[in-house]
Amino acid sequence: MNGVHDMGGMHGFGKVAPEADEPVFHAPWEGRVLAMNRAMGSLGLWNIDIGRFSRETLPPDVYLGSSYYRKWTLGLENLVVRYGLVGEDELAAGRALHPAAPVKRRLTAADAPKLLSRGSFERPAAAPARFTVGDRVRMKNMHPVGHTRLPRYIRGHVGVIECVRGCHVFPDAVVAGRGEEPHWLYTVVFDGRELWGEGSDPTLKVSVEAWEPYLDPA
Amino acid sequence: MQLRVRALESILTEKGYVDAKALDLIVDAYETKIGPHIGARIVAKAWTDPEFKRHLVADATAAVAPLGLTGRAFHLVAVENRPRRHNMVVCTLCSCYPWEVLGLPPVWYKSSPYRSRAVIDPRGVLADFGVTLPEETEIRVWDSTAETRFIVVPMRPAGTQDWSEERLATLVTRNAMIGTGLALTPGEIAVTAAT
Repeated sequence: MNGVHDMGGMHGFGKVAPEADEPVFHAPWEGRVLAMNRAMGSLGLWNIDIGRFSRETLPPDVYLGSSYYRKWTLGLENLVVRYGLVGEDELAAGRALHPAAPVKRRLTAADAPKLLSRGSFERPAAAPARFTVGDRVRMKNMHPVGHTRLPRYIRGHVGVIECVRGCHVFPDAVVAGRGEEPHWLYTVVFDGRELWGEGSDPTLKVSVEAWEPYLDPA
Repeated sequence: MQLRVRALESILTEKGYVDAKALDLIVDAYETKIGPHIGARIVAKAWTDPEFKRHLVADATAAVAPLGLTGRAFHLVAVENRPRRHNMVVCTLCSCYPWEVLGLPPVWYKSSPYRSRAVIDPRGVLADFGVTLPEETEIRVWDSTAETRFIVVPMRPAGTQDWSEERLATLVTRNAMIGTGLALTPGEIAVTAAT
């Protein structure tokens, strides 16, 4: 979707403001919500892409006005309601009012260490890769209303395949409900001037990781 | 937010979906075990062990596996700074970051200013960090749009030839491994130690 989360190249957000001696969490609730996201993700009802889309579909003013962990809180609330695990009335009441929904897995303390790795997103390939290192490719000019990992600032632009990363779970398909639908993943590199025009920094090169359905030969 | 998150946690635990002890362990891991010191060790090893560096740049996931990380760092890619090429990592679409080797990202990495500007004005972003690179240095920005995760191997500072791996690791800052900073010099570390 063409949402406010797709920020590459936007102006007006001001300077980057690093914080000296930044703590890992700025308040205890941030750690709890991070851990809840990891733990609930491990139930296997949704994957990382569906979690991302839940945050991307927050209203634009809410997205831009929320801290990272506030977005994670709102995104998780939306998911647990959508998957029938928690009722809106329970969120409003702040306590459980109904029996739990049946779930295949439950996370215990013994499982927690496993959650510290994301797991692999590489899958066996059904077909050989269409592109090889050095090929010129044009990024598709497409504007799906669902989830995509093709940022707006590269759509329609020509780049060069720099690396073939293997065949990976395709986020667009997962969020659309089509399953993992693995596709070849490539690193595609662009000249700054191709993306930003003559005024661009001449020494700039930008790369993205792009799945094969995002690419056409150029 | 504290109350809202506490309410969510009590609902999820009352319903038995999560175990509060498991949440404690996850929080503790990110607060005390997983952080940029892991990446710093990897970089210091790469600076002192050419064979390891070759392996790291070719296949970082495999190269770092024997180092005893808390979780396996899948799809990890190490990109090496050179005199004429500086690397910088961003995620314009969300906040993808190599958690397994750098821990949780700082607030600025997840902020709109960084996510919007890194790909169009990386030298401006570097200036916000007080870093200026030679005009002719190529700046390569890696937008983390998939599950690939990037760690920058900064250049080894001069005057550290006889330093041990452990001592070298003290020069490797988190920002140097994201590409918004450079490794500290021996002079800078002396100043830091004195203050």
